[in-house]
Amino acid sequence: MLGGDSMERILIGKPIVPGSAKGRATVSTQPISFWGGINPRTGEVIDRRHDRSGTIITGKIFVFPRGKGSSTSSAVLMESIKAGTAPAAIINTKVDPVLALGAIVADELYHKTVPVIVLSREDFDSIDEGDYLIVGPDGKVTIKSHAHFYSNPKSSDTDEQAM
Amino acid sequence: MLGGQCGDAARLAMSILVRMAEVYEAPELMDVTQAHIDGCALMCDSGLEFAENLVALGARVSIPTTLNMIPLDLQNWGRLGIPEEFANKAIRIARAYTDMGCIPTWTCAPYQGYLTPRFGQQIAWGESNAIVYANSVLGARTNRYGDYMDICAAITGRVPKSGLHLKENRKGQSLLRLVDIQPQLLRDDTLYVALGHFIGGLFQEGIPVIEGLPTSATNDQLKALGAAAASSGAVALFHAIGVTPEANTLKEAFQGEVPEPVINVCFSDLRRAWLDLSTAEEGAELDAVVLGCPHFSYAEFQQLAQIIEEQGRLPHPGVRVLVLTSQTSYALLQRGNFIDTLLSFSVEIILDTCVFHSPIISPDAKVIMTNSGKCAYYAPGELNVQVAFGSMRDCIRSAIEGAVCWGETAWKES
Repeated sequence: MLGGDSMERILIGKPIVPGSAKGRATVSTQPISFWGGINPRTGEVIDRRHDRSGTIITGKIFVFPRGKGSSTSSAVLMESIKAGTAPAAIINTKVDPVLALGAIVADELYHKTVPVIVLSREDFDSIDEGDYLIVGPDGKVTIKSHAHFYSNPKSSDTDEQAM
Repeated sequence: MLGGQCGDAARLAMSILVRMAEVYEAPELMDVTQAHIDGCALMCDSGLEFAENLVALGARVSIPTTLNMIPLDLQNWGRLGIPEEFANKAIRIARAYTDMGCIPTWTCAPYQGYLTPRFGQQIAWGESNAIVYANSVLGARTNRYGDYMDICAAITGRVPKSGLHLKENRKGQSLLRLVDIQPQLLRDDTLYVALGHFIGGLFQEGIPVIEGLPTSATNDQLKALGAAAASSGAVALFHAIGVTPEANTLKEAFQGEVPEPVINVCFSDLRRAWLDLSTAEEGAELDAVVLGCPHFSYAEFQQLAQIIEEQGRLPHPGVRVLVLTSQTSYALLQRGNFIDTLLSFSVEIILDTCVFHSPIISPDAKVIMTNSGKCAYYAPGELNVQVAFGSMRDCIRSAIEGAVCWGETAWKES
């Protein structure tokens, strides 16, 4: 259902890998290793200990505190960019050079990338699941709260699946 | 190099490095004298294209460069039932990197093979477990480099001057005191895995300093600790007082600063970590035991042979016993006097690769058991299996029983 207050908020982030994107936020409170954590063929979160296990992040603005784990995570991000399964953008609270690297090498090789933005903890925490976000090349993140765009903020693909 | 005078490959590598220097907020680049490439590990089209593109542009490494595992056991892939198309692609990845002048070590434990870095040596390493080992146990210096930056550093011999390359960034950032841990448990291999898993989950990043590990800690135990911490977290360097080379004293580990915060780690903390490593229940029917994550050392082969001899029984027919290792350790094994013990137990020795990168374990497998925190962390997602974590002895006993069983371990009690 469209409607409600036309409120929007603007957050000033740091563009680690600059670019433009828009999409709905998939929010996690947990760090993730893209290798072992994301299937680049399907865009699914496959870390079965992760709070978003089972979620498809393709086309979403993937909001999670930071990368961790495998150094192959850059390869998984680049492969998902090539395969078209990547998130639309990545928003973290802490720079993970491994993820930035995947986005940068994809840009060099395929002239395609996903923007990587770092926000302050407070701004990061202010993003809700399902918020519609517009990421600008200067690191600006415009939030349009999901309630104004969607009658059902949690679509079925955000449901956690049992193993 | 950016101008292209050193060739198009160097220009591409340098342009990635310069962009990464901005990410690291490094004011300049610096020399490295050795590299280890993780970019050859993953079977994917983009990785193959990147590597072959570099070769086509005339890329050559300018410093000694070892290679991580590749997605294939080059000797045994036919027997392992790897599809030919997959094998051919894996061989192309391998060839691209050797064509660039890399050394075909094909191992995720490069610190236990050829060309081990020196204390203080500036290096550019990929592979999370190798990075944490190089920094922590060897005292070499590398950041946590991801796939494809490693080869860029190897081609140019340069990295952004930042992070763990600089001494001031290597000081401890929190003190973990092991308290009330039984001395017997401090010698147990599983303690190191549980501790690593705990540390990674607690800190995610930062440099933990561990107080209370015994000086008897082996290289393989420290390898297991680091691999687990670099899986559940992003730990690239830890210090262990009196054990690792930049931490002879508390003062040295913290470079003279007051340790803060100080966290007491009790048995119950580690027990929770031990429990978290397993998703399978005791008694679950077992499909495979996976050892050698990271790659098995000769000492671990010795340990395995001894356990097999002690048990004096054969594995259950439904259970495969897989050991992942490098050609280097395998060469030693072939010269030793106990390889027959392993083969008579139907141990499958897998070379050059790993179960996560090569389709060795059947998609029908439901439960595996491992003595590795790294393998236990990633197996449920990557292999779509339930996983049981246990000591090497429990893995072998479970292989014999055909079902997950934990022996008389301290972790089960209380």
